[in-house]
Amino acid sequence: MQTRKKYIFLTFLASWLLLFFFGGDQLRRFAFFSGRKAEARRNWPRWTDRSLLKSFADPEELQSDGDPSLPSPRARRAAWLSVYKNSRCRMETCFDFSRCEKHGFKVFTYPRERDQPLSESYSKILTSIERSRYYTPNPEEACLFILSIDTLDRDHLSGQYVRNVDEKIRGFPLWNGGRNHLIFNLYSGTWPNYTEDLGFDIGQAILAKASFYTEHFRPGFDISIPLFSKDHPQRGGERGWLYQDSIHLQKKYLLVFKGKRYLTGIGSSTRNALHHIHNGKDIVSLTTCKHGKDWEKHKDTRCDKDNVDYEKFDYQELLHNSTFCIVPRGRRLGSFRFLEALQAACIPVLLSDGWELPFAEAIDWGKAAVVGNERLLLQIPSAVRCIHPERVLAFQQQTQVLWDAYFSSVDKIVHTTLEIIKDRLLPHRSRSRFLWNTLPGGLLALPGFSTHLGDFPFYYLQHGSSPSEKFTALIRAVSPSGSLSQPILRLIQAVSASQYCAQILVLWSCEKPPPPSGKWPQTTVPLTIIQGRRKLSDRFFPYAAIQTDAVLSLDEHTSLSTSEVDFAFVVWRSFPERIVGFPTQSHFWDAEQRRWGYTSKWTNELSIVLTAAAFYHRYYHSLFTEYLPAGLRELVDGLAACEDILMNVLVAAVTKLPPIKVTQRKQHKETVPQQVKGTAGAADGRRFSQRQDCLNQLADWFGYMPLVSSQLRLDPVLFKDQVSVLRKKYPRLEKP
Amino acid sequence: IMCASAKYNTRGPALIPRMKTKHRIYYITLFSIVLLGLIATGMFQFWPHSIESSSDWTVEKRSVHDVPVVKLPADSPIPERGDLSCRMHTCFDVYRCGFNPKNKIKVYIYSLKKYVDEYGTSVSNTISREYNELLTAISDSEFYTDDVNRACIFVPSIDVLNQNALRIKETAQALAQLSRWDRGTNHLLFNMLPGGPPDYNTALDVPRDRALLAGGGFSTWTYRQGYDVSIPVYSPLSAEVDLPERGPGPRRYFILSSQMALHPEYRSELEALQAENGESVLILDKCTNLSDGVPAVRKRCHKNQVFDYPQVLQESTFCVVLRGARLGQAVLSDVLQAGCVPVIIADSYILPFSEVLDWKRASVVIPEEKMPEMYSILQSVPQRQIEEMQRQARWFWEAYFQSMKAIALATLQIINDRIYPYAAISYEEWNDPPAVKWSSVSNPLFLPLIPPQSQGFTAIVLTYDRVESLFRVITEVSKVPSLSKLLVVWNNQNKNPPEDSLWPKIRVPLKVVRTAENKLSNRFFPYDEIETEAVLAIDDDIIMLTSDELQFGYEVWREFPDRLVGYPGRLHLWDHEMNKWKYESEWTNEVSMVLTGAAFYHKYFNYLYTYKMPGDIKNWVDAHMNCEDIAMNFLVANVTGKSVIKVTPRKKFKCPECTAIDGLSLDQTHMVERSECINKFASVFGTMPLKVVEHRADPVLYKDDFPEKLKSFPNIGSL
Repeated sequence: MQTRKKYIFLTFLASWLLLFFFGGDQLRRFAFFSGRKAEARRNWPRWTDRSLLKSFADPEELQSDGDPSLPSPRARRAAWLSVYKNSRCRMETCFDFSRCEKHGFKVFTYPRERDQPLSESYSKILTSIERSRYYTPNPEEACLFILSIDTLDRDHLSGQYVRNVDEKIRGFPLWNGGRNHLIFNLYSGTWPNYTEDLGFDIGQAILAKASFYTEHFRPGFDISIPLFSKDHPQRGGERGWLYQDSIHLQKKYLLVFKGKRYLTGIGSSTRNALHHIHNGKDIVSLTTCKHGKDWEKHKDTRCDKDNVDYEKFDYQELLHNSTFCIVPRGRRLGSFRFLEALQAACIPVLLSDGWELPFAEAIDWGKAAVVGNERLLLQIPSAVRCIHPERVLAFQQQTQVLWDAYFSSVDKIVHTTLEIIKDRLLPHRSRSRFLWNTLPGGLLALPGFSTHLGDFPFYYLQHGSSPSEKFTALIRAVSPSGSLSQPILRLIQAVSASQYCAQILVLWSCEKPPPPSGKWPQTTVPLTIIQGRRKLSDRFFPYAAIQTDAVLSLDEHTSLSTSEVDFAFVVWRSFPERIVGFPTQSHFWDAEQRRWGYTSKWTNELSIVLTAAAFYHRYYHSLFTEYLPAGLRELVDGLAACEDILMNVLVAAVTKLPPIKVTQRKQHKETVPQQVKGTAGAADGRRFSQRQDCLNQLADWFGYMPLVSSQLRLDPVLFKDQVSVLRKKYPRLEKP
Repeated sequence: IMCASAKYNTRGPALIPRMKTKHRIYYITLFSIVLLGLIATGMFQFWPHSIESSSDWTVEKRSVHDVPVVKLPADSPIPERGDLSCRMHTCFDVYRCGFNPKNKIKVYIYSLKKYVDEYGTSVSNTISREYNELLTAISDSEFYTDDVNRACIFVPSIDVLNQNALRIKETAQALAQLSRWDRGTNHLLFNMLPGGPPDYNTALDVPRDRALLAGGGFSTWTYRQGYDVSIPVYSPLSAEVDLPERGPGPRRYFILSSQMALHPEYRSELEALQAENGESVLILDKCTNLSDGVPAVRKRCHKNQVFDYPQVLQESTFCVVLRGARLGQAVLSDVLQAGCVPVIIADSYILPFSEVLDWKRASVVIPEEKMPEMYSILQSVPQRQIEEMQRQARWFWEAYFQSMKAIALATLQIINDRIYPYAAISYEEWNDPPAVKWSSVSNPLFLPLIPPQSQGFTAIVLTYDRVESLFRVITEVSKVPSLSKLLVVWNNQNKNPPEDSLWPKIRVPLKVVRTAENKLSNRFFPYDEIETEAVLAIDDDIIMLTSDELQFGYEVWREFPDRLVGYPGRLHLWDHEMNKWKYESEWTNEVSMVLTGAAFYHKYFNYLYTYKMPGDIKNWVDAHMNCEDIAMNFLVANVTGKSVIKVTPRKKFKCPECTAIDGLSLDQTHMVERSECINKFASVFGTMPLKVVEHRADPVLYKDDFPEKLKSFPNIGSL
């Protein structure tokens, strides 16, 4: 026994020796022998006369690159128009910018025809546009036109295929060769080769299409959109799943796929190979042959075993518990799977060569997905294993950022499409890639407000800056008498005494004209009176006079002390993206009435900070006025007291975070405990029910309830602590 | 790299057979022989090669004129024209690049030859200074390989930087006869001046089949997105002139145009702008009456005034870069170098490295049609943004325009990122200037989430031998509703933890982890047992925290999951006398740290503390047995850029009978040591990351005049 072992060992060694003497040349290529000395490399020679070499171009030639024989720029541009058409369209040759100059970026949708059936998805798209702030019913004003013909499904075997589109389009007087038109499409081509032919001539129209192949994509002109199902919500949309599961560094599976395997035809080669990487442990890759009517005709030897394995795993379970999800091409390049994985925070591993990724003009997919190569499928497992945990964590979070910003509803997909086009119209007033790929996303960062990162409330940390050290107080005066009441005088005194106050603006919203300047109190800071239009939404208008980052919004009846203002402002500087204020209210889901309830009673939670006394970033004035459609502001103006709820809802929708309540010396008028009905009087009752209605209408408009509850209040560090008052910075806050 | 090495390690031990002692000598001898054989093999295999290669290449000094001459027959094959539909997945052979743990492509450079036609007339200049610099840079980089079989990218030494300096057909023939040409697959050509009269094509006219083109001056019609790389037109002035970086801020002129030979139509539009806006617009042109010997390229004139070029560019806020016959202009490089914000007016131009660089941060692009509105457009740019653009412009020049080396390496990196996308360089790395990289913070937990309450938290108690106190802590903490697991880290190697039966019976799982060494960092190890995101670190003597306080702390953490949320607050101060940082534990109005003797934080920070703590801080803490909490505060503040949250009023946290210990911690030497820690950490981090705030978190109705029984957390702050 012992000798046999010895012999085996000897043979083993001998073979090693042999291998080294004769197989050295092959071994040399192995990585562990690559440690040859750098000097031994055959580098590019250091030519003795390298300093005498001539430059690649004569300096004069480089600096005066003109040719008098060339046609004039104007003539060249005119000539382009006729050369670069149709498949070679670019914005500068196929888009009429002048249409957008006078009225801005307005979108017109063709009137819907009764006999023309619309698919669910297309009517959602049209609804999105008609609800948006860019909609115009007047084609004269329009910059962009959307057809009422459903062009989503151009597979002529499909039931939703619309025939004779060419003929219909040519009948439209506005068509104009497709100029300034935007055409949406989800499916093009059909079995067997799924070409990207739409079955009609789109001419010079911009094509927003799913499953775009790079070669057909007109860069800077067309837009690749994601494939979404007919059940995709109109607005709001589900949150990403990272919210429910929270951040898990390690999930059960590393990489999963579960889906159809095409036995023949386009896309089959990729999916046929997927089973190779299945290891049954952390990599699960399952395919089934079962699809279509005659799959058994084509079935191969693997099919039966595959079909059995396939049933063992649940798709949803895999999606929830995997770090990476393979998103291979189907018959077409894009698939529903892409958005599903994105929502599930399962990092998409794309195996779809030549797919122009959705909104790639704006979105940096390298931060949220692994763009794999179909030909290198077998390398995918080792490649994803080598991605560092920090990067995985960042990937996971970015999937959620993108899902929530651009994909979770039809509204968002359509708006992203429109904003990308709008950005092209004014390149100098457009979003940088940073803005598109950073929270809260491009739709909520208005380049019209500023293109400078430091002007927004969201980017201070990434930008390495901090909000300005002063605030502007904006007091809304509504007293019907037209004179100055005691409370407003006291308020002006208290606020102007704050060391952080830069100026006071009084928004005069009374019928009578404001008192002459002599009647106003003398303050150390400038006091300006703005004549309002007596609309409630006025108080959130982006007045040019507001130059500080922080706005302190006040009502004339608000009672605040200087230390309250000081402390609140210092807190706001730590949370510049949130509303920081004093009196609060909260919302709750009323299960009985199946609607949102609202309470101003003392509660252990809060989700609304009244803008009668609150700090927030001035950007929210712009967002309120420019981002929200006019209809929503009209709704608010029509109700007695809803504008502050809308502001809270808007900020919560942007930040996904609750507002912040700070210490208040004595209770604000509104938070005095009051009965819901009866004792408080009819006026209060009406006001209360209006606010409740308002809340429900807003939740409906947003498609979900953006408000988030908080259980905390921020107090000064030594607030009511058993320590000498002399040591406290804000002793006045503790006085009863 | 990590993954690869791990595999080798696991294989190692299995190969060594078990042996008996008496055979050991025999085996050792045998093993030595094998080892010698191996070494000999190594010498034999590799020694001669290196001698051969060095004699061939580096030792011998050679001139460009000595390179071998290749005669191209007139009928030698010409490659197909460039294929406009080429993309990485169609025309590129990715198998050549393979999987490699370093995620680096390998680039081979063909050796230099001189090409002549049948009549002996040369096809082009053998090589230009710039192309030689470029190839040298590639050769010196880690992308380079001299082994043609291992190469992923092939770079011909045939110089095509300037199309006007070569003969198109013959150059194409020269390309086609390269040893690995194979229709140009995986070949990379560098071209800066494409096209020629009369039509000035925007891409190199040399037929090149599937070769990748790194070109200066692509238009959207010739640029194959994701395949070609758009590169700058190098300006040789970069090397000649030293323009020191100028601080951002207002400059003498608002708009400056310095280009010569502009089309008269452009010039008249510019002059109209000048007429309208006066002094702030300066339109320069070629000087007509320069004395001999003054190089025309270094002077510009306006009427009779003479300006030095490129220095004059530093005098303006915006500098116009108009297209000429070609789209790419060398002046762009000069403008960036001067820190002047380029105003690019060249419809359909693909900006250099636009695949990775965010030009909106460094330039203003204006459509040609809008030239008359240029002044008002530029005036709408906020002043602070202009300053950032100036800094950004200069940074782009320094990183990607400055030299042929910078251009070559950026090009290869872009191709590398396409082949290994999962290891690609991020947007921030490409675009943020060093100053921004330094001052900005990218929070690793950037997604605003409020984790569900149901998940609960894991309490981790670090203990040594205070069993009685430990059991009291366990009993108290177990009363907190959201506790989901309790983990005791037993840091005493000399003593076993008490028997199972002795531990308090609690409603959640209790695990004891024994450590190998008594180290403070054991408290922050990311144990697999931690299944929740929230971790409560608590000392084994903190028994005074009420269940309400702990539960409230957890609720606060849920609202700030990326922060340290804790009870005892501390402050760092700048000691002006000593000129260094000082630790403060007195009753102050501010906090900048919370002690991890009782604090909630995200499990991810355990991972960071254990594996990503900068410098030697972790070892330093273990050696000094102190300041692990300060280190954690530094770490979290540094990665998130956010302050801590102190919860609930100040109180004594330790048991009243242990006041002696409390007294000890206030001891002067303790304070000195803690101050030392702050100074040490600040120097390792290179900055003071801690943020000072004046607030703490209390329940909404804390101390409000409201019935206590209706409050969620009534039992707060009571001793």
